[in-house]
Amino acid sequence: MIYLILFFLLASLLLYTILGGADFGAGILELFTRKRDTQKVRNLTYKAIGPVWEANHIWLILIVVILFVAFPEVYRLLSVHLHIPIMLMLLGIILRGAAFIFRHYDAIKDGSQKTYSRVFISASFLTSLFLGITAGATILGRIDPEIIDFYGAYIGPWFNAFSIALGIFFTAVCAFLAAVFLVGETDDPALKRMFYRQTVGSNIVAVISGIGVFVAAGLQGLALHEMYLESTMTIASVILATFIVPLLWRTLNQGHYQWARLLAGAEVALILFGWLWVQFPAMIRLANDTVTYQAAQAPDAVLNVMGWVLIGGALLIFPSLYYLFRVFKFEQAAS
Amino acid sequence: MEDLLAGRLQMAFSLGFHIIFACIGMVMPFLMAAAQWRFLRTGKTVYQDLAKAWARGVAIFFAVGAVSGTVLSFELGTLWPEFMKHAGPIIGMPFSLEGTAFFIEAIALGVFLYGWERVPKWVHFGSGVVVGIAGLMSGILVISVNAWMNSPTGFDWVNGAATNIDPIAAMFNDAWFTQALHMSLAAFVATGFAIAGLHAFQLLRNPGNVFHQKALRIAMLFAAVGALIQPLSGDLSAKDIAVRQPIKLAAMEAHFETEKGADLIIGGVPNEETGTVDYAIHVPNALSFLAFGDFDAEVKGLNDFPKDEHPPVPVVHYAFQIMVGLGTLLALLGLIYLFFRWKKPHLLTHQLWLKALVAALPMGFIALEAGWVVTEVGRQPWIVYGIMKTADALTPMPGLVYSFVITSMVYVFLSIIVYWLMTRQIKSVNLSYAKPTPALTA
Ligand code: HDD
Ligand code: HEM
Ligand code: HEM
Repeated sequence: MIYLILFFLLASLLLYTILGGADFGAGILELFTRKRDTQKVRNLTYKAIGPVWEANHIWLILIVVILFVAFPEVYRLLSVHLHIPIMLMLLGIILRGAAFIFRHYDAIKDGSQKTYSRVFISASFLTSLFLGITAGATILGRIDPEIIDFYGAYIGPWFNAFSIALGIFFTAVCAFLAAVFLVGETDDPALKRMFYRQTVGSNIVAVISGIGVFVAAGLQGLALHEMYLESTMTIASVILATFIVPLLWRTLNQGHYQWARLLAGAEVALILFGWLWVQFPAMIRLANDTVTYQAAQAPDAVLNVMGWVLIGGALLIFPSLYYLFRVFKFEQAAS
Repeated sequence: MEDLLAGRLQMAFSLGFHIIFACIGMVMPFLMAAAQWRFLRTGKTVYQDLAKAWARGVAIFFAVGAVSGTVLSFELGTLWPEFMKHAGPIIGMPFSLEGTAFFIEAIALGVFLYGWERVPKWVHFGSGVVVGIAGLMSGILVISVNAWMNSPTGFDWVNGAATNIDPIAAMFNDAWFTQALHMSLAAFVATGFAIAGLHAFQLLRNPGNVFHQKALRIAMLFAAVGALIQPLSGDLSAKDIAVRQPIKLAAMEAHFETEKGADLIIGGVPNEETGTVDYAIHVPNALSFLAFGDFDAEVKGLNDFPKDEHPPVPVVHYAFQIMVGLGTLLALLGLIYLFFRWKKPHLLTHQLWLKALVAALPMGFIALEAGWVVTEVGRQPWIVYGIMKTADALTPMPGLVYSFVITSMVYVFLSIIVYWLMTRQIKSVNLSYAKPTPALTA
C-alpha cells in the first residue's frame, strides 16, 4: 500500500507542477507582454486556464492531504519550520486566484482591470517563487529540530541562496510551460510569434538558473552534482531531459503543438523525477538526519484505508477530468 | 498578544470566512439548477438569464471559497502541528474522500460555468446538479473531522500517542450525523435568506421586475423549508451533546449547579465568579425537558467540572442565544412565507413583507457563525475533546500575531472587494431588466 500512496503523491506532485505550473506561468508571462497585446493575451489566458484552474490546484490539496494522513511527521516538520514561506505562497495563491476571477467576472470593465492584472502578475511570481523555495528547503538540510533561536529555526532553513535559486528556476520553468502551452492556443500570428519568443526566453533563463541551482548548492555545502551522479536513474533522467530540449524545439518549429506540449510535460516530469530520486527514500533532509518515508509513514490500517480511497477516487476523477479537458482543451486545439 | 490567542483567532477568522463562501458554493448550484430546470421546462428565457446571472456571481464566490479552503488545509499544520501529527492519520479518511468530492465539484463546475454553449443542454443542467451534490458532500465530510474533535473515537490514547487506529470508526463518530444534518440545513437557510433578501431589496426599488420576482420565489422555497426543519435538527444536536459533552451544554445554557428539573435560562449575563446569571428569564424545568425529554431529568452544571476545564461561559451562552433567537425568527418567517404562498399570494409582493425579508438577509449567516462559536468555543480548552488541549497543539513558532494580522487583513480586504463586485453585478443586471417586461434573450 505504501508504494501505491507514494505513487499517488508522486503523480499529484507531477500534475501540480505541470498543470499548476503552467497556470502560474501564464501570470508570469503577462508581465512580458507588450501593452497593445495585453487584452488579447488576457482573453486567451482566460479561455485557456479558466475552465481548469480550480481542478488544477486541487492537486496541491491532494498533496497536503496525503502528507498529513500518510506521513504526518513530514507534514509537521514542514509546517513548523517552513511556516513563513508557506504562508507567503498561500498569500500568492489567494491573491492570484481571486484577481484572476475578479478580472473576468467583474460586470463593469474599467480601470480596475489594470489593478487585477497587476495583482495577478505579482502574485503569480510570489507563488512560484515560494513554492520553489519551500521545495529547496526540504532537500538542503538546514532544518534542525534542535535549534530554538528564531532565525535558525524558522528563517535559516529557507532563506538561503540555494532555496532562492530553486525558486527562480521554478519560476522560469513555469513561464516556459505556459509559453509552450499558449503557443498552440492561438491562431493570431503576432501572438504566436510573441509566445514563441517567450518560450525561447524562458528556456534560456531556466537553463541559466538551473545551473545556478547547482552552483548555489555548492556554495551552501550541498554536493548536489555528486548526488546526481550516484545513481543511474538520476543520470538517465538528466540525459533524457537534455535530449528532449532539441526535440521540443523541432516540434515547435514544425507547428506540432500537441507534441510540444507533451514533450514539455515530459521534460518537467524528468527534472522532478530526478530531483526526488536524488534524495529517495528520504522525504526531508534535516541538519543531522534524514526523514525517510519508512520512518514517517502512518500505521498500516490508515494506509490501507487511504489507498482504497485513492483508488476509488481515481476511478471517478480521471474519466471526468478527461471529459473536461476534452471539451475545453483538445476540441479547441483541433479547431 | 499571546501566541495561543493569536493562533485561535487566526483559525476562527479563517474558518468563519471560508464557511460563508463554502455555504454559497454548496447551495447556489441547487438554486441555479432549479432556475435552469424551469427554463428547460417552460422555455421562458428569464429563467435562463437568472441562472446565468447567478452563475456569474457564484463564480466569484467559488474562487474565494477554493483559495480560502486551500489556506485552511495548510493552516491546520502551520498553527496546530501537534494536533495534525496525531489527528491527521486518524481522520484521514473523510479528508481523502473530500479530496475526491472537490475534484468532482471543480470539474463539474468547469463544465457548468464555461459550457453554456459547448455541451448539450441536459448535460449542462446535470453538471450543475453534480456541483451541488459534490459541494454538499465535501461539506458533510469535513464536518466529520470537526465532529471527531468533539467526539473522538477510533483509536486508543496511550502515553500521549494514538495506537490501534481505526479510520473508519473515527469517521463515523457519534457527533457526525447531528452536526452534518444541522450544518447542511444551516447552509440552505443562510444562503436562501441571503439571496432572498437581496432580491427583495431589488424588488423594493424596482417593483414588478420579473427577474427579481422569479429569483425570490426560488430562493425562498429553499430557505423556508430549511428554516422550518432547522430547530428540530438543533434540538437533536442539543440532546446529543447533553450526553456527549455535558459541559458544553452547561456553558451554552449558563447552567452552573447540577440539578433535577433544571430551568431553561434565556438571555441574562452569566457571572463566572459567582456562578450566577443576572437579568435572565427562567422557564421552569424546560432545560431538563429540552435536553432529555423529561421535565425532572438531572442536568449537570458547570460546578461539577474542574475550573480549568470550563469554556468561556459568557461567549458560549451569548452565541447560543443569538443562534436560537435568530433560528426561531427565521422559522417564523418561513412559516409565514409558506402560508402566503398557499393562501394569500398577493401578499408576497407587499412592501412590508419585502422589508421583512431584507431585514432577514444577514440573519442566517449570523446564526451560522454564532453556532460555530458555540461548537468551537464550547469545546475549549480542548482541541480534541478530553484528549488534547488546544494550548498543547500550538506551533512552537513565536510571533503568530503578525500572521494573524496579515491573514485577517487579507480576508477583510477580500470581503470588501467581493461586496463591491456584487453591487456591480446587480447594477448591470438591473440595466438589462430596467423595464418590467421579460425582454432580453441570452
Ligand atoms: C442558519 C444557521 C442556524 C440556525 C438557524 C440554528 N443553528 Fe444551531 N448551529 C448552526 C447553525 C444554526 C451551525 C453553525 O451550523 C452549527 C455549528 C456546528 C454545527 O454542527 O452546526 C450549530 C450548532 C448547534 C449546536 C451545537 C452542536 C455541537 O456542538 O455539536 C446546538 C445544540 C444547536 N446548534 C442548536 C440549535 C437550535 C436549538 C436552534 C433553534 C432554532 C438552532 N441551532 C438554529
Ligand atoms: C467553517 C466553519 C467553522 C467555523 C466558523 C469554526 C470556528 C472556529 C472558532 C470560532 C474557533 C476558535 C475557538 C477558540 O479558540 O475559542 C475554531 C477553532 C478551531 N477549529 Fe473550528 N470552526 C469551523 C469548522 C471547523 C472544522 C470543520 C474543523 C476541522 C477540520 C475545525 C477545526 C478547528 C481547529 C483545529 C481549531 C483550533 C483549535 C481550537 O481552538 O480548538 N473547525 N474554529
Ligand atoms: C464546516 C466547515 C466547512 C465546510 C462546510 C466546507 C465546505 C467547502 C465547500 C463546499 C467547498 C467547495 C468550494 C466552494 O464551494 O467555494 C470548500 C472548499 C474547500 N475547503 Fe472547505 N469547508 C469547511 C471547512 C474546511 C476546513 C476546516 C478545511 C481544511 C481542512 C477546508 C478545506 C477546503 C479546501 C482545501 C477547499 C478548496 C477545494 C476547491 O478547490 O474546490 N474546508 N469547502
